[in-house]
Amino acid sequence: MSKTDIWQGTLALMILKTLESLGPLHGYGIARRIEQTSGGLLSLNYGTLYPALLRLEQEGYIRSEWGSSENNRKAKFYELTRAGRKQVSRETSEWVTTTEILARFLSPKGEA
Amino acid sequence: MMRRVRAWMLRVRDLFGGRPAEADFNAELESHLQLHIDDNLRAGMSPAEARRHASITLGGIEGVREAHRDRRRLPLIDVLRRDVRFASRQLRRSPGFAAAAILVLALGMASTVTILAFVDAALLRPLPYQQPTRLVDVTESVKQIPRDNLSYQDYLDWKRMNTVFAAFDAYTGSGFMMNTPSGARPVTAVRVTAGFFRTLGITPAIGRDFRDEEGQPGAAETVVLSHVAWQKYFGGQASILGQTITLDSAPHQVIGILPPQFEFAPAGTAEMWTPITTPRGCEQRRSCHNLYGVARLKDGVSIEAARAELVGIAARLEQQYPDSNRGQGAVVAPLSEVAAGNVRPALLLLLGGVVLLQVIACLNVSSLLLVRTDSRQRELAVRRAIGASRSRLAAQFTVEALVLVISGTALGLVAAWFVVPALVHLIPADLINRMPYLQSMDVSGRLIAGVAGIVTLSTLVLAVTPLVRLSRSDAIFSLAEGSRGSSGRTWRRLGARLVVVELIIAVVLLVGAGLLGRSAYRLMHAELGFEPTGLASIRLAAFGPRFEGHAAAVGLSRTIAEQVGRIPGVTAVGHTSVRPVSFNGNTTWIRIVGQPFNGEHNEVNYRQVSASYFETLKVQQIRGRRFADADDAAHPRVVMINQALQRRYFPNEDPIGQRIGNTGLTPDSIVEVVGVVADLREGGLDDEIWPAVYYPFNQDSDTSMALIVRTAVPPASILPALDSIIRGIDPNIGTMSPTTIEDYIDASPSAYMHRSTAWLVAAFAGAAWALGVIGLYGVLAYLVSQRTREIGVRLALGAERHTVAGMVVREAGKLAVAGVGVGMLLAVGIATLMRALLFSTAPWDAPTLAVVAVVLVCSALAASYVPARRAAAVNPIDALRAE
Repeated sequence: MSKTDIWQGTLALMILKTLESLGPLHGYGIARRIEQTSGGLLSLNYGTLYPALLRLEQEGYIRSEWGSSENNRKAKFYELTRAGRKQVSRETSEWVTTTEILARFLSPKGEA
Repeated sequence: MMRRVRAWMLRVRDLFGGRPAEADFNAELESHLQLHIDDNLRAGMSPAEARRHASITLGGIEGVREAHRDRRRLPLIDVLRRDVRFASRQLRRSPGFAAAAILVLALGMASTVTILAFVDAALLRPLPYQQPTRLVDVTESVKQIPRDNLSYQDYLDWKRMNTVFAAFDAYTGSGFMMNTPSGARPVTAVRVTAGFFRTLGITPAIGRDFRDEEGQPGAAETVVLSHVAWQKYFGGQASILGQTITLDSAPHQVIGILPPQFEFAPAGTAEMWTPITTPRGCEQRRSCHNLYGVARLKDGVSIEAARAELVGIAARLEQQYPDSNRGQGAVVAPLSEVAAGNVRPALLLLLGGVVLLQVIACLNVSSLLLVRTDSRQRELAVRRAIGASRSRLAAQFTVEALVLVISGTALGLVAAWFVVPALVHLIPADLINRMPYLQSMDVSGRLIAGVAGIVTLSTLVLAVTPLVRLSRSDAIFSLAEGSRGSSGRTWRRLGARLVVVELIIAVVLLVGAGLLGRSAYRLMHAELGFEPTGLASIRLAAFGPRFEGHAAAVGLSRTIAEQVGRIPGVTAVGHTSVRPVSFNGNTTWIRIVGQPFNGEHNEVNYRQVSASYFETLKVQQIRGRRFADADDAAHPRVVMINQALQRRYFPNEDPIGQRIGNTGLTPDSIVEVVGVVADLREGGLDDEIWPAVYYPFNQDSDTSMALIVRTAVPPASILPALDSIIRGIDPNIGTMSPTTIEDYIDASPSAYMHRSTAWLVAAFAGAAWALGVIGLYGVLAYLVSQRTREIGVRLALGAERHTVAGMVVREAGKLAVAGVGVGMLLAVGIATLMRALLFSTAPWDAPTLAVVAVVLVCSALAASYVPARRAAAVNPIDALRAE
């Protein structure tokens, strides 16, 4: 797996997770949310979000619809499909496992 | 995985969706920026700063759009699409080149597909039976006839003794006179042993097939109808099932109707199928050969094993019955080979022809492409210089080739769609009956695969050519001024080689066409032994109690002669058992009284002819006398022989007065030779003359005969009268195939095969020749255009204009001589291989070779005329200034 593949995968999960917790949201909103959640550790080009969104939509995890934003701007809203909801829980548990394993490897020997 | 597939399909769909998705995303980006700007304004930025910050955070808008587009569609295909558009634009810009290239490719494709369709139908398509590869053709074999008929008695023994066949049946072509309310009608039929249809794995569409007991001696007669006969004679009424029809004045019960698509090529298209019940005529004798066998191999038994066992059985029978079975071997061959019949070599020859044509077409188009590549040097150099990779250029060339090939293919396929049925239509009915597989030709997977293969190969050839050219010269240098001289030379050499190859192929095909044409001509002028013009002919058969017995048959013969002789314009009437120029066959075994005999089979053609027959045909009398009307049952038995028989059996003695009989010399078989006639051609035009013995009809009669009349008027004009007068004699007389003898010979299989292959190969040769000459012209024209400067210098230095023109002509001559030289050698080699298709023409037939050589050299010189003139007309001042 190349570095971008990992990034793609995590970005997708972040998007799905954001949609799960906030409900239908437009691309800009998702980007802001990810940035906020990461506590500023992650500075991303908002543009990179759109190919990822498109891919998730093509794979059937999310669907989109034009609607109005809170301050009455026209915006495209994304929301999870049922497949997407399942994917979130599956990916989440996979990530948890992966990070646990990694954490054991990376933590100082004595504490293990 | 499923998700991936789904995503991919959406992306493919979007390729064709085009604009809306793009506009939608633009709107989304617009809205994104707007939302961000709103936020930024709220955070207190100035409008300008808000906008700037929003677009920086988004990243480059164009980059985002492109990433989105790449994700939305398939980038590779997108590029491909652009290439296709570019290629089409390129081609539209040079319509002359595009039209020439596409036409040439279409020509190649149309002919290749046409022949492939025939090859597929005749040779590749599996036979329409159950597990067709397990079916074999089983026959006897003698030295003269490799696939000889099987005798019924031998068949019974083979069937009983073999352990290799799961089923083994036999069939023989036959015919009946069917009684109908409007008189007797001839129908074609096949007599089969009872298990025949089960062996093939065919069940009738309606009713049933023969039960085993229906094939036993003495069983009640039954009949199965073909679908066509059912429609034609009984209006497709199912009520005919179980009813009785009268065939040859015997009742037959209709028990089944075959499916419409049923075919059995080895027996032609028969209308009725009857079981062999009581052995008929000579079938009780072991020496009577009139059947063919078809068998299904047991599981796990190979053809070789079956052949070995049958050969063993035949050898045992030969020991057991030395009289009848001497020299009678056995052959087992795949049924598919027999079903294809004798079109196999001709089709393979044609296939070779079209493959060559396709190769020439490709070479020609690639040489045209080369010229273009050269004139596009600068464009390519620029593209290389600004960073196009070699593989990118290669992809583009491939796409250009693909556009050409696919357009050509499309056009070619459309043409083939019309040509194939037209060709099938041209085949005479007699022949197509033996090739039922041609009547149901369709587009098969194999055909599609074949076309795909040709398309791929052609594309490769066309794509590779410019690449080879490209790699030979470093494209970068082409940007420099005036550097095209050296690169031109490389291509010239390559182009010249291509043209030589084309000329070689043209020579091979032209020589082939010449040889086949000469063969066909010689064939049509083969010595017949009689005068064929002004002869009309009809076959007839009489049935029923009124015509039983020798006296009745002789009476019928006399009545017919008298009544037909009264038709205005008829000058002579005769009849025989088999028309001349039909086949060597209907034979008998003779033994000469007083000559040593070791039981060998002296097989000779056997014909029953009327007293006036030789007179009517104007056959030259060599010795002795002709038959007289008085050579009848009341007088001593006599025969006439042909010269071939005299040469073989009476090389040093006078045949007149000699006596011959059957192998046992039984007293009632002894006859005296009273005359020798010139070799009347009984077999096909390309068959050798067999010894023949002629019996006088008045001593050896039959109720079926082929009537031949000589007329003083055009013979075709009396055919209707002939037909109605004969049928008027008695309603139980049926007539068949009225024709003039000249038409009959023209339509005979050997004449047709030779004529049609000659024409087809000539068509290919013509196309190959035209393509070769066009290619040569292209090379020369290019040579002149590339050497304009050199020519200018020469002229400026005082060279004569005719010297310059001569230079071009010499170049043409060199290429033509090389092509003709190599082509001749190759052609003679190939012609030697296809000698079976030639008729009294040697593969190295000098006049043919000479004519082809002269034609090619002349056309090469003609092709050089325009370029040579252009070279001579070069204005030195212009040529030098152009640089």
